Amino acid sequence: MKLPISWLQDYIDISDYDVEALAHLLTMAGLEVNSIQLVGLPMPEESTHEFKISGLSWPKDKFVVAQVNEVLPHPDADKLTLCRLVDDEGEHIVLTGAPNIYHLKGIGPLEKPLKVAYAKLGAELYDGHQPGWVLTKLKKAKIRGVESSSMVASEKELGISEEHEGIILLPDDAPTGMALAEYMGDAVFDIEILPNNVRNACVYGVAREIAAFTGRALKPLDLRYEEAGDSITGQAMIEITDPALNPRFVVGLLKGAQTVPSPYHVQRRLRLAGVRPINAIVDATNYAMLEIGEPLHAFDYDILTRRAGGKAPTIITRTAAQGEKLTTLDGVEHTLEDYTILVTDTAGPLSLAGVMGGLESEVQDNTANVLLEGANWNYVNIRRLTKKEHITTEAAYRFARDLHPSLALDGVKLGLRYMQAWAGGTIAKGLVDNYPLPYSEPVNTLSVDFVRARTGIPAITAREIADLLARLDFHCSVSGDTVTVTAPGYRKDISEGVVGKADLLEELTRLYGYNNIPHTRLADTLPPQKPNFGFEMRNRLEDLLSALGMTQTISYRMTNPADEARVLPEQSVLDDSHYVVIANPSTPEWTVMRRSLLHALLKTVEKNSRVDERIAVYEIGPVFLPVAGEKLPNEEHRLALALSGVRERGSWNRAARKNDWIDFYDLKGVVEAMLQLATAEVTYEPAEHPSFHPGKCARVLCGGVELGVFGELHPQAAEHYTFGKAPVLAGEFDLVKLIEALAPKRELVPVPNFPPVLEDLAVVVDEETSAAAVEAVIRKGGGDLVTEVRLFDIYRGAQVGAGKKSLAYALTYQSMDGTLSDKDAAKIRKKIIGRLEYELKAKLRE
Amino acid sequence: MTEEQTNILDQLEAVRAEALEALRGAKDENDLLAWRARYLGKAAPVMAAFQQLRNAAPDLRPLIGQKANEVKNALEAALTEFGEQVKQARLRASLAGDKLDVTLPGRQPERGRLHPTTQTLREIYRIFAEMGFQVFQSTEVELDEINYGKLNFPLHHPARDMQDTFFTTDPDVLLRTHTSPGQYHAMRHFHPEPIRVILPGMCYRYEQVTYRSEIQFNQVELLVVGENVTFGDLIGTLEDFVHRMFTPDTHIRLRPNYFPFTEPSAEMDVECFICGGKGCQVCKHSGWLEILGCGMVHPNVLRNGGYDPEKYSGFAAGMGPERITMLKHHITDIRYFWGNDLRFLQQF
Ligand SMILES: [Zn+2]
Repeated sequence: MKLPISWLQDYIDISDYDVEALAHLLTMAGLEVNSIQLVGLPMPEESTHEFKISGLSWPKDKFVVAQVNEVLPHPDADKLTLCRLVDDEGEHIVLTGAPNIYHLKGIGPLEKPLKVAYAKLGAELYDGHQPGWVLTKLKKAKIRGVESSSMVASEKELGISEEHEGIILLPDDAPTGMALAEYMGDAVFDIEILPNNVRNACVYGVAREIAAFTGRALKPLDLRYEEAGDSITGQAMIEITDPALNPRFVVGLLKGAQTVPSPYHVQRRLRLAGVRPINAIVDATNYAMLEIGEPLHAFDYDILTRRAGGKAPTIITRTAAQGEKLTTLDGVEHTLEDYTILVTDTAGPLSLAGVMGGLESEVQDNTANVLLEGANWNYVNIRRLTKKEHITTEAAYRFARDLHPSLALDGVKLGLRYMQAWAGGTIAKGLVDNYPLPYSEPVNTLSVDFVRARTGIPAITAREIADLLARLDFHCSVSGDTVTVTAPGYRKDISEGVVGKADLLEELTRLYGYNNIPHTRLADTLPPQKPNFGFEMRNRLEDLLSALGMTQTISYRMTNPADEARVLPEQSVLDDSHYVVIANPSTPEWTVMRRSLLHALLKTVEKNSRVDERIAVYEIGPVFLPVAGEKLPNEEHRLALALSGVRERGSWNRAARKNDWIDFYDLKGVVEAMLQLATAEVTYEPAEHPSFHPGKCARVLCGGVELGVFGELHPQAAEHYTFGKAPVLAGEFDLVKLIEALAPKRELVPVPNFPPVLEDLAVVVDEETSAAAVEAVIRKGGGDLVTEVRLFDIYRGAQVGAGKKSLAYALTYQSMDGTLSDKDAAKIRKKIIGRLEYELKAKLRE
Repeated sequence: MTEEQTNILDQLEAVRAEALEALRGAKDENDLLAWRARYLGKAAPVMAAFQQLRNAAPDLRPLIGQKANEVKNALEAALTEFGEQVKQARLRASLAGDKLDVTLPGRQPERGRLHPTTQTLREIYRIFAEMGFQVFQSTEVELDEINYGKLNFPLHHPARDMQDTFFTTDPDVLLRTHTSPGQYHAMRHFHPEPIRVILPGMCYRYEQVTYRSEIQFNQVELLVVGENVTFGDLIGTLEDFVHRMFTPDTHIRLRPNYFPFTEPSAEMDVECFICGGKGCQVCKHSGWLEILGCGMVHPNVLRNGGYDPEKYSGFAAGMGPERITMLKHHITDIRYFWGNDLRFLQQF
């Protein structure tokens, strides 16, 4: 909400506050000031500013109120005029091109001199001719032979509004020579109105908060006006169809008004508050709304009468028929849903209740008789309509936040008062006030013990509670240690029962000052502490992978099916049924929740392939898999790993080997290291997975349970990404199973006390025989005495023959019971060789 | 003394003089070994003197023996002493000649790291764990009824405007906009025990991605429920946290705010730890940094979670680990976090 602070001054004296002190007061009261725009007032002197401050100050010696006594023609330029004006220092001739005084050119001394905003030599103001806000300084210059070092200013030049059609013409009673900042210097606060705080979305609400927090006197609203007309009774009728949707409807009648412009200060305040001035009638409705928060609507009474066939109009409020149509004053035709509340008359719809007026019955340029509506509406229906039709109006904003019905009456009175003051006319006697569903103010009881126990304010008394709440107009009565509290008659955010008590605690602590509450440590019972295996293991896994040289990444979880299909060689796009689909995506890139963590990680590799020659990354996180018949998807947590690039970075003492890329066995090494301490035996099997090279893909099992797959990315899938030259190795694991496999359940294997026997063994086997099979046979043959089997060489070539390979192992024999003799070792070796020959047709290689 | 006698004794004396002279000429250990062989070896003159003892006249033997011993001991002592000098000299020479350029780069093992958000989350977990808060997690795709309804956001309530939501094609299902639905899940899980948990996780809001706003972000939420929990406890707990997360003298302040699921609700600022409250770019010259929202759990939320709001009270607070990371490391663009640029990640 934009609030010119000069307006507050109408209701509470804040003249001794500088703008930041005032903004601080409001912010700490819960009316957060987002920014301050100076419109004349001086910049606070402090070197640091708690608030974002922009805008223009009008130094007292540079900007003053001046009086134009005569408008003279310019000797050389027809479009320009020369103002003979007087300020605090004397008479000056000032050049201007303002069109709104052009008609006074050359008519001699003015009968009614003009009051203007005068900027002197050296004044800094906005350049009216440039778009946006460009500062310029008035210097000595000559325009067409006439000296021009000062100017009469437009609103734009002073930073009041975008208005640059003409110069500002101040009211006649503006005191000539007075500093302009003193006369109308202002600052506009942009205040964040919290959803439960609509009562403060107005000048009077903010003034009331200031009063509550400072103890200063709040000036009562002046709702008085003269009722010189005939009684309204019989001139307008109101029918409310559903009081739950329209608890109150009030109208007043003003006849003989003029559609003249409002006084300058009204227009200025409206503009500063972000509302465009139109004419005195419309401006009065807006001004009253901004002042007390009740949106008003002015109908042209004569149009209503005409629609009623010349009779007194009857206003009927009802919901729309499904599909009923209404064109609003912005020219938009709306097709309405049946929950829309309409203000109608006997001839049909007039306006969208509480949202926007209809085009037909709107105040016209020649409107003289005005029926002024102030009503109260059910916020839910207003909200549904504005959401569906994407309408944002000041009225809808307020009604959608649930206004108190008392405002309807006050609003009409205040509106009539201003309308008559600015547009003239005669107000009919009385109002029509149809209030079928009166709101009764909630009553709550607070005990001192309850307040102390919930707030932690130790010694607060019933009297203090009552006094605090009374500052915000709560009616409190104290009886012993209890306070009975009735909410004030202008707000609807206080409930009853346990919620009402919480509402009151909020107001109470707010007034007491959150920052005055003693800081305490939790004294309540410590809840039972529970194991959290999955969470703790996930942290350990992250640490483990980082220790293995892998960097953790976190990707966007949204993707689109076509993008994710890149992970498959044939790039086949899955239909939406496989995805959690976003109904309102913010970009076509992000239409669904991901199914593949592997793809997310490959995008990271793609992104970094030009950044780094060696990439080693992992990501842990959920994929989102819809489950038939379930509302929520299965959020399966996974681990993805990827490696790519050079195996070793080149160095001064270790030349980079060309094309020595990271390969399958590097990634396998990481997987092995990760699973080194697994709970059960880890095995690797050739696997088929569409994303991986069919010959370079393995599945990992722990105790027979599959944990995941890894391998070299399928070349056709790799083509869908922009990778570097190196192959990309990647894998995807089921996090839950992986964590189970890594549970710290291993029992200690005793450290042997006797020396081992080490020996090498090379065997020639068929090419198809896997290393795992050879190792398994060695272990089987050697039994428990074989404690380590390390493959250290593979040889293929003429010496072993085609279709064969030689595998060389370093074996460790170890007994827990004693030192193995050479004879023992020879026995083991013999058994191993025998097994290898028998099971694998292996030959010992000498 | 006989001539023979004088002769042998003179010879031994001469050997001693010659040997000591030769020893001074030794340059390294090889020279020393050669010297030792020559003057103290089996064939050395001194040793020969011992051999010849049996040929000498019996009355001369003690004298010659004594002399030979004296010379042998002197030579051995000289060898030990001079040998030590040679060794030292050699070590000095070797140390002087064996000099590395210590400014050359070393051989670094590849170093992995945790994502900066993970690092900040871990720090938050650690601090709260010591105050008895355990981690509790719930899903990212959530029912509207739990993300909003159970948290006291009635349908059509204006508070729903506070959070721009990503909905799924099932109108009842959305991407959670905050970790607060975890409050409901935690209450249902722990009921009727008291609760002290933190709820971390990824949340989603429909926003334009800019340097200061993201469509996905982590949140960490605190939830305490018990029979004796006060607003003062909330402030004290958060102050303890701030003192550990930032600096022990960081001031805090609370401003009234509104969240449907807490009442009273507050926004907590910490005094800018970068400028000490004097004003800087990070705090936009205000001296304060907004870091979390908090409040006392709303009675309706307690009731929805199974706790009687007349008997139980509680507090909740939510903060953004990315924001805290940004403040601590002066990161000015939130898009770095999910951008996964290794040049960013490797700085943590
Ligand atoms: Zn700062």
